Amino acid sequence: MSETILEVNNLKKYFGVTNGVLKAVDNVSLSIQRGETFGLVGESGCGKSTLGRTIMRLYSATDGEVLFNGENVHQLKGGRLKQFNREMQMVFQDPYASLNPRMTVGDIIAEGIDIHRLYSGVKRRERVAELLHTVGLPEEHASRFPHEFSGGQRQRIGIARALAIKPQFIVADEPVSALDVSVQAQVINLFKRLQKENGLTYLFISHDLAMVKHIADRCGVMYLGALMEVAKASELYRKPLHPYTVALLSAIPIPDPEVERKRERVILEGDVPSPINPPPGCRFFARCPKAMPECQVNAPRLIAVETEHYVACHLYK
Amino acid sequence: MKNILEVKDLKVSFHTYAGEVQAVRGVSFELRKGEVLAIVGESGCGKSVTSQTIMRLIPSPPSIIKAGSIIFDETIDLVQLSLKEMESIRGSEIGMIFQDPMTSLNPTMTIGKQITEGLVKHQGLTQEKAQKQAIELLLLVGISRPETRIKQYPHEFSGGMRQRVMIAISLACRPKLLIADEPTTALDVTIQAQIIDLLKDLQDKIGSSIIIITHNLGVVADIAQRVAVMYAGKIVEQGTVDDIFYSAQHPYTWGLLHSILRLDDEEKSELVPIEGMPPDLLDPPLGCAFAARCPHALNICLKEDPQTQIIQDEHSMACWLMDKRVKVKIC
Ligand SMILES: Nc1ncnc2c1ncn2[C@@H]1O[C@H](COP(=O)(O)OP(=O)(O)OP(=O)(O)O)[C@@H](O)[C@H]1O
Ligand SMILES: Nc1ncnc2c1ncn2[C@@H]1O[C@H](COP(=O)(O)OP(=O)(O)O)[C@@H](O)[C@H]1O
Ligand code: SF4
Ligand code: SF4
Ligand SMILES: [Mg+2]
Ligand SMILES: [Mg+2]
Repeated sequence: MSETILEVNNLKKYFGVTNGVLKAVDNVSLSIQRGETFGLVGESGCGKSTLGRTIMRLYSATDGEVLFNGENVHQLKGGRLKQFNREMQMVFQDPYASLNPRMTVGDIIAEGIDIHRLYSGVKRRERVAELLHTVGLPEEHASRFPHEFSGGQRQRIGIARALAIKPQFIVADEPVSALDVSVQAQVINLFKRLQKENGLTYLFISHDLAMVKHIADRCGVMYLGALMEVAKASELYRKPLHPYTVALLSAIPIPDPEVERKRERVILEGDVPSPINPPPGCRFFARCPKAMPECQVNAPRLIAVETEHYVACHLYK
Repeated sequence: MKNILEVKDLKVSFHTYAGEVQAVRGVSFELRKGEVLAIVGESGCGKSVTSQTIMRLIPSPPSIIKAGSIIFDETIDLVQLSLKEMESIRGSEIGMIFQDPMTSLNPTMTIGKQITEGLVKHQGLTQEKAQKQAIELLLLVGISRPETRIKQYPHEFSGGMRQRVMIAISLACRPKLLIADEPTTALDVTIQAQIIDLLKDLQDKIGSSIIIITHNLGVVADIAQRVAVMYAGKIVEQGTVDDIFYSAQHPYTWGLLHSILRLDDEEKSELVPIEGMPPDLLDPPLGCAFAARCPHALNICLKEDPQTQIIQDEHSMACWLMDKRVKVKIC
């Protein structure tokens, strides 16, 4: 029944920096099924956006491959490449910076339509109106400029732009992080509705674990460029296996004073280390409460510990 | 229990080319000694203007304190102080932590110098003594190897460590009151947990009174004893954490509580947004500011602003649904 739409195999994205090699994404493998939402969580700088951008071809890959509908996206050329650029779209974190302030909302939304020469004239206007309607904005807004809108409205405009050329796959990089909670809920419900109506597949990147749990079917936890754990979202929260996932979940306060009064927190010491010239062995070694001698030497591989539950940690063999 | 701070009917406006922005429109609250009060609300509702007005940090013009008083330590009205008098209170009796630790530290000065400055100036310590105390403070906020750290500059610290340094600076003179404006918003959750833990520790060990401003209701549930919910420049509901989380009465508070997700939910619950946007404070509505978004709005709500009324003990709110003359059922 399920069909793989995206497969990432041993993907690496390194950046050369003055004092060495910054391993932003280091040997990541995952697969995403058509119609599902795959959530990617992790702390700032762990490589979520870089992974998303490399999948989108906004970055070249240092090594490894990204297969979209079975084709290696980094080797696409000509018509196949154009096709790919239509089928995969991105929604960005910052609704303020990602819209050109000098373009009208209508022209912003129609950007892809114009690039791919899909419609013009009345047809184009109708499509823009339809898209505005889809994301819950009145069609008169087409002639206005981005600065006239609130954060939530701008994010809707960004979503309409991504939808304009009927993609199959959307990489949403922190699409609601800049918004107030009451408005986040509006935009998240929109994402869910659009998925149902159009059979979209999402790679949903966020540092908000409660949000990812809500929207994702499966979920990957990243730390310092590598995937630590991948599981069904509900399973990951009910039964986290990797010590980092356990600490991450435990760090999040629950909006319920009774629960908070009773809770014991695992508080991690220190900060995330630098991804420049990372040490060999487990990435989490320096902060791991369960670290063993072998962890410092050998990097654990992501293996299936239970059905559909993958963990990279020497505690699980 | 004594009040360390009493804010009464505070009104603050900005004069802009477009007109008067009524950022704070009559805010009243109290903070007891040793208590943590959380102020919550959507962005733009006036949380930062309120806290910066307490600190008298907003330049005038463009801002003016139109009305109200801010009684600190039962005797001093901060609104009436000269800027010079205020400066000495700011360095010694009230400390403040801001959202962005990078912009609030001086990039050209060592961490050590930034901590000792206040100690030398306000407490008249010798450089040597101040240095010793700076090292102790850094240890207190959980920074290891403080002897080397005090010689470093802010850019050599991570975000979480900078926030700790900010806390160390604001604690240097043992302030009676600490105001933390979104102290963890820019930080990762594992670092947020460290900072919240640190603030709780300060309350326990030093008995600090803390105002924490945040939009994260998880943080509120974790640290606060009392909560004030702000909307469009006013406090719409106020009470103990339990009052607000378990027996909220104001439609906006209900909306906030329904629009957040819980990590420990078993089921994928439906997310209920608050539709619409907060009003423009350049031209606030005549009646209740929440009326345009409120599912329970009555005719009177559009015409007249509801007064704050006490529900029980410390629990109060401003909403027409509480008025005895209004007979409605809400399910
Ligand atoms: N163009 C670049 N050149 C050099 N380093 C980069 C570049 N882009 C990203 N990095 C580095 O790669 C690492 C991963 O960055 P990335 O933006 O993917 O993190 P992220 O997980 O999306 O974080 P956030 O949650 O803060 O958005 C970071 O250390 C970052 O500084
Ligand atoms: N310097 C300023 N000039 C004009 N308006 C301002 C200024 N600073 C804040 N405001 C306005 O005051 C209101 C409250 O802002 P603020 O206290 O910063 O909100 P928040 O609750 O997000 O901290 C907002 O409408 C904001 O736009
Ligand atoms: S491999 Fe070792 S250091 Fe890494 S997470 Fe597992 S126990 Fe901790
Ligand atoms: S006063 Fe009226 S509009 Fe305002 S919150 Fe109460 S019911 Fe809603
Ligand atoms: Mg990112
Ligand atoms: Mg603010």
